Amino acid sequence: MTQAISVEEIKAAMEAAVPGCRAEILRNESPSAQHSLLIDHEHAVNVAAFLRDDMALRLDFCSCVSGVDWPDREITEKVKVKKTVTTPEGEAQEQDVEETRKTMIPGFLEAVYHLFSIEKKHGPVVLRMRTVNRGGDARLPSLTPVWRSAEFQEREAFDLYGIVFEGHPDLRRILMWEGFADYPMRKDYVPPAEDDVEAVAK
Amino acid sequence: MSAMVTRVVLEEEESARGVEGELLEISMGPHHPSTHGVFRMDVRLDGERVTRLKPVFGYLHRNHEKIAEKASYLAAIPYTDRLDYLCSMTNNWGYALAVEKLAGIPVPERAEYIRVITAELTRLQNHASLIGFLLQDMGASGTPLMYAFREREKILDLFESLTGARMMCNYMRFGGVRVDCSSEWLEAAQNIASSFPQFLDEYEQLLTGNEILMARTQGVGALSAELAVNAGITGPMLRASGVNYDLRKVDRYGIYDRFTFRVPLGDHGDVYDRYMIRLLEMRESVKILEQALAAIPEGPIIDPKTRLRGLRPKAGEAYGRIEGPKGELGFFLISDGSTNPYRYKVRPPSMINLTVLEDMCLGRNVADVVVILGSVDIVMGEVDR
Repeated sequence: MTQAISVEEIKAAMEAAVPGCRAEILRNESPSAQHSLLIDHEHAVNVAAFLRDDMALRLDFCSCVSGVDWPDREITEKVKVKKTVTTPEGEAQEQDVEETRKTMIPGFLEAVYHLFSIEKKHGPVVLRMRTVNRGGDARLPSLTPVWRSAEFQEREAFDLYGIVFEGHPDLRRILMWEGFADYPMRKDYVPPAEDDVEAVAK
Repeated sequence: MSAMVTRVVLEEEESARGVEGELLEISMGPHHPSTHGVFRMDVRLDGERVTRLKPVFGYLHRNHEKIAEKASYLAAIPYTDRLDYLCSMTNNWGYALAVEKLAGIPVPERAEYIRVITAELTRLQNHASLIGFLLQDMGASGTPLMYAFREREKILDLFESLTGARMMCNYMRFGGVRVDCSSEWLEAAQNIASSFPQFLDEYEQLLTGNEILMARTQGVGALSAELAVNAGITGPMLRASGVNYDLRKVDRYGIYDRFTFRVPLGDHGDVYDRYMIRLLEMRESVKILEQALAAIPEGPIIDPKTRLRGLRPKAGEAYGRIEGPKGELGFFLISDGSTNPYRYKVRPPSMINLTVLEDMCLGRNVADVVVILGSVDIVMGEVDR
C-alpha cells in the first residue's frame, strides 16, 4: 500500500480545483500513518468528483465507508484564578485559588471514506466529514452519486448511526428492520433487556 | 419454486407502460435453497422478465462490530471466523493485518509462510465450493457440488489437525500464528497441492465445455469494467470484468512478492467468466502453495514480545485489507489507547458485491437471477454481520 501523493499535496490540489472548499489535515499518530482530510459539506460532492476524475489522482475506487460516533465530551481542567478572600482577621486579601473548570465539547458523527486508485494503484486516501451535532442536524451530503460503492455502506451508517445522507438515492434501513427506532452502533445505545420480547419483536 | 408469490395490481404502471402481461411482485427468499442462506430479493416481474430487483438482508445481523468494540483486540479474533464462515483463515488474517498496522507489530518469516499456505488452501476450498453451488443453482443436482466437497473435506481435515477446528479455526494472531505446523502436516499439505490439479482437470472435463453450462452462463449477467470499478466490486468478480486488480499483487502484503503467479482476467464479465476466473485462480493458488511449501523456513511463529492479552495500541487508526477469496476484505480500526478498539469496522466484500445485483439482473428472467446470484459468491454471515 503505497501513498504516492502526500495529503498536503492533495489538499493543495483540491483547494485549487474546487474554489471555496475548506479542508483540514488530521494527523494520525499510529504507525500506519494514514492521515486524513476533513472536508466541508458544501463542496464535498465536487471535491469527491475532483478526486475521482483528476488525472494524477484518479481515486476511482471508494473501498470502505465507516460511520463513527463521537459523543459529547466533558473536559475537566484545573485553572488558577485570582480571588479576593476575606481572612479570619477580617482583611480582604488577594489569593491564588485553584478551580476546576468543566468545558463541554459537543459530540458529532463522522463518515470516513477510504479511497484507492485502481488505475494508478495507490492509496489509501482517507476522507472525513463531520455532522454539526448528534441530534437533528446529523446530516451529511451523500457521495453515492460519485462512487456507487458507497450506496450500501452509507445506508448502513444511516441505519446503525443515524447519519442522514442527503442526495442518497435510496436511504432506508439495511440491516435493522423498518420501524426500528434507535441507532445500535452509537456509544450511548442501550440494548433492550433480553426478556423484553416486545421491544425486540416489534 | 417455493418462494412466496404475492400478486399485486400495479394498475397505474401497467397502463402507463401499456403492457399486456401481468406485473408480479415476487419475494424470492429468505428461505430458498438458491439464496445461499437467509437472503431475500424483492423482484418485480413483467411476465418472466425482471424489471426491478431489491436485495433485502440483515436476517443474520448480530452487530458483530459492536461486539468487537466491547471486546479486547485478542478476543475479537474468534468472532471474525464467523464472518465468512467458509474462510475463517483469511478473515483472521485481514483482522491481524489491520492490528499489526495499527500497533506496528512485526511478523516472523515462518508465520508469514504459514499464513500464505493456509490462506491459499482456504481460497482453493472456497472457489471449489462456489463452483459446486453455482452448478447446483443451475440444476446440476449433486455431482459437481459433491466433487467439490470431497476436495474441500481434505482441506478441512488439514485445518482440523492444525487448529483443532474445521471451519472456525481461530488460528492467526497479530504478530504471527497460534500453533506451529509439523513436518507431517506440511507433507500432507504438499499432497493436497500436488493432487489438486488432477481434480481441476477432472472438474473441467465435466463442466467447462458442457453445452448446458455454456448456454446458461455465457452472456448472462454481464458487468462492465466501468460499473464494476465505480460500484466497488472486488475479487474474482472484478477481474472477470477485465480489471487487473489483485491485492496480492498491488499491496504485496505479507510475503506475496516472493511468489510467481499470474492474475487471470475475463473478457465479458458474464457468469461464465466468473466461473472460469475461479477455476484459473485455483490453478494459480496451487502454484503459490507449491512455492511456499518448498521455501518455508524454520523459526519462531510469533515474536515472544508481542502482547496478545491487554494490547493497548496508542491512539490512532489504521485500515488494513487483504485479497480474500470473495474480494477485498478490509478492517478499519480506531484506537483511543485503551484495551479495546474504539471503532471496529469490517469492509465485507460479498455485501458490496451485491450493489450491482439489480444492474446485472434487469431484463433477464427468473432462472437467470438464481444463476447470477450464485456467481456473486455471497456468505450471509459476512453480508449481515
